[in-house]
Amino acid sequence: MSDQQQPALRLQGIVKTFPGVRALDGVDFEVMPGEVHALLGENGAGKSTLMKVLAGMYQPDEGQILIAGQSVQMTTPIEAKAQGVVLIHQELSLVPEMSAAENIYLGELPLKSFGRVNWATLEKRSNAILARLKCNFRAEVTVANLSIANQQMVEIARALTVDARVVVFDEPTASLTDAEKVVLFDIINDLKSQGVGIVYISHRMDEIFTLSDRITVLRDGAYRGTLTTANTDEDEVTRLMIGRSLDLSRNEAAPKFGKTMLDVRNLSYSGLFEDVSFTVRAGEVVGFYGLVGAGRTEVAETLFGLRTASSGDVLVGGEKVTITSPRDAIALGISLVPENRKEQGLVLQMNCRDNMTLPQVQDLTAGPFVSQGAELAIFDQYRDRLAIKTPSWKQSVGVLSGGNQQKIVIGKWLSMQPRVLIVDEPTRGIDVGSKSEIHQLLRELAAQGYAVVVISSEMPEVLRVSDRIIAMYHGRIMREFDIQDVTEDSLVQAISGIKAEEPA
Amino acid sequence: MAYLYENPLLRWLMRNPIWGFVLIVFIFFSLSSEHFFAARNLQNILVQTSTIGLIALGMTLVMINGNIDLSVGATLALAAAFAVDVQSWAMFATWGNWQILPAVCLALLVGILMGAINGFIVWKTGVDAFIVTLGAMLGIRGLVFVYTGEQSFYAMNFAYSDFSALSVGPLPVLALIFLLCVGGVHWLLSRTVHGRNTYAVGGNREAAVNAGIRVGPHMMINFMIIGFLAALSGVLLSTQMGAATPNLGRDYELWVITAVVLGGTKLTGGKGDIIGTLGGVLAIGILRNGMNLMQVPAFYVYVILGSILIAVLFLDKRFNRTTDGGLRL
Repeated sequence: MSDQQQPALRLQGIVKTFPGVRALDGVDFEVMPGEVHALLGENGAGKSTLMKVLAGMYQPDEGQILIAGQSVQMTTPIEAKAQGVVLIHQELSLVPEMSAAENIYLGELPLKSFGRVNWATLEKRSNAILARLKCNFRAEVTVANLSIANQQMVEIARALTVDARVVVFDEPTASLTDAEKVVLFDIINDLKSQGVGIVYISHRMDEIFTLSDRITVLRDGAYRGTLTTANTDEDEVTRLMIGRSLDLSRNEAAPKFGKTMLDVRNLSYSGLFEDVSFTVRAGEVVGFYGLVGAGRTEVAETLFGLRTASSGDVLVGGEKVTITSPRDAIALGISLVPENRKEQGLVLQMNCRDNMTLPQVQDLTAGPFVSQGAELAIFDQYRDRLAIKTPSWKQSVGVLSGGNQQKIVIGKWLSMQPRVLIVDEPTRGIDVGSKSEIHQLLRELAAQGYAVVVISSEMPEVLRVSDRIIAMYHGRIMREFDIQDVTEDSLVQAISGIKAEEPA
Repeated sequence: MAYLYENPLLRWLMRNPIWGFVLIVFIFFSLSSEHFFAARNLQNILVQTSTIGLIALGMTLVMINGNIDLSVGATLALAAAFAVDVQSWAMFATWGNWQILPAVCLALLVGILMGAINGFIVWKTGVDAFIVTLGAMLGIRGLVFVYTGEQSFYAMNFAYSDFSALSVGPLPVLALIFLLCVGGVHWLLSRTVHGRNTYAVGGNREAAVNAGIRVGPHMMINFMIIGFLAALSGVLLSTQMGAATPNLGRDYELWVITAVVLGGTKLTGGKGDIIGTLGGVLAIGILRNGMNLMQVPAFYVYVILGSILIAVLFLDKRFNRTTDGGLRL
């Protein structure tokens, strides 16, 4: 490479503000050709915003982008792609009804005369790319029929349609199996040896330390520093990332567990999960850990009556029950704080009070009318108990911060007096401070005698809040750990489908 | 039940339940009415179907885009009024039968223009197409009344009204035009980049934008296509009647949407095709024709069509539900 000293891409002093938030505050970043540069930071640190600026989806308010030394302005994703900057999205950006080939070449389908699609070329090229990615499906299949991991491969295949200068991978392994990861890493090394600059965003330290040459850390939208991977360690990176060493200690007395509140026996739903058995006692937090698609959310949805299991028993408080709707579940004292609070947990346009009393508003009546007083009493009680910060109950929930939104959802279910509280990804998209508050809250709730199930994809989170951890892989429970015996290695092995050496 | 999925014909019918229904009503009416299965009547069905069918082709594009166009009935009436009126303008008085040409061209241009206006507003304001075209439906219908002065126009040139009686071999010329358009739009939708982008925009708009597809202009083109097809439908309808009435095309938008939805196009966009839409319009055409022959009062047709619409969508949900994994919502 003649321009070895010239960065393939350089960002200087990028500032991007959204109403009320300074999402990026003077960020510097550069990638050399043939380098894997990892970008690290907690959720909300600004990584995704930075990448969207890079891909031409957002315009920076200040700062400049240099590609191969030239200052460029990119106003659309297609311009960015033409400049050789390809972004592989974290959320799948595919059209489910179209074929893999069409998705790979979306927006730039090969042409014949009269605007006709050149199907032969399209399929030949797409299949060649898929073969390079060692995918075991043909380019003709409809994307909706592919597994999430294969859809991710289609997304990655998009990067290979042009001669890329810089490829940005935004958490590419979140839904990949270990075998698929190996293929992906091969591809990345392949691109790297061709002199392509790689930006690699991930939460997984092991991946970053195996793949990257340098690491840049962002925190709260600001640049915290760049480290050479060979000369650093996880602790240093973590300190840059969260401003302190990760504290996993849990300074509290040994919790006292009550009787078994939830007993699930051999629960199965064909295609999603099989033979799932576990118990949760009052006062206990059980963490469900696994990869996306391991079946954890589906188990929770089944317990909450959103699906009907094909076989298996559920016992609540020692009694065998049938749950065929959320109504049944609520009546039995099971509550579910769903994975996606904005789509599944809250009615964003409604105010705080109405959201909180939503499941019980039919009981809060005075004659034919809804009793405002009873509603307010409930809201006030849980606002104080959960320390929800909102100017008033009239505030519409959509404008609150993620942490406060999540507390409203938790408050909503606590007000139903549940016996079992299931919390799915409680801190997704929530900033660091609120995160530890929510963790603290979950511990307190358990101490007050609730049986709590926490589903999480973040290892520090399950380690911090759980008394027991259940590892799931491909719809099956692989192992169950007591918090005293768990090690990160054994946990990672369990969720990757590697059998334990000794019986769990 | 699994063996059913082995048979390719049955699998195709499960994905296109409307064609199964077309087959059933076709056989039913053939057996129950002696007049139904006659070449003359079948030609008739095709001609009757062509009016709604032409608009349904455009509606398929617009609905796959995730939009809807409620203004088609009014556009049809406006185009018909232009087509009939412009022929008798003084400046074309000496043109003989050629006076039909500028009249028809102008009518079609008016249709394209109406579609362009709809599309432009949807593109630039981001207002939902339902609202924009609801407004256009009222507005354009108003224009029709202003233009016609609440009167019907009659075609003075008999060549115009004779056109609808022409045949090419066994096919009436109106049916031929319809079938050509079916072929053309099917080709556009399944073979061209514009057609594939139609699915992309409706299936995942964000992905389409990320891929650099210019969504606004793209949608505007589809609105122009439906405007053109509504106008063409209006012109052909006025040749059949030899006249244009200000109330022409009332409720057509509802028939068209019914046909398109029967044909398996999703209201939310991203899914649908012309084969299904053709099945949808034929189902409606055969049902209306056959029940007419059996002297069933017309309003029963509404009851039956309404029930079938719901039944077909129910079957579709049963057989083609793949993605939600049995989630109850």
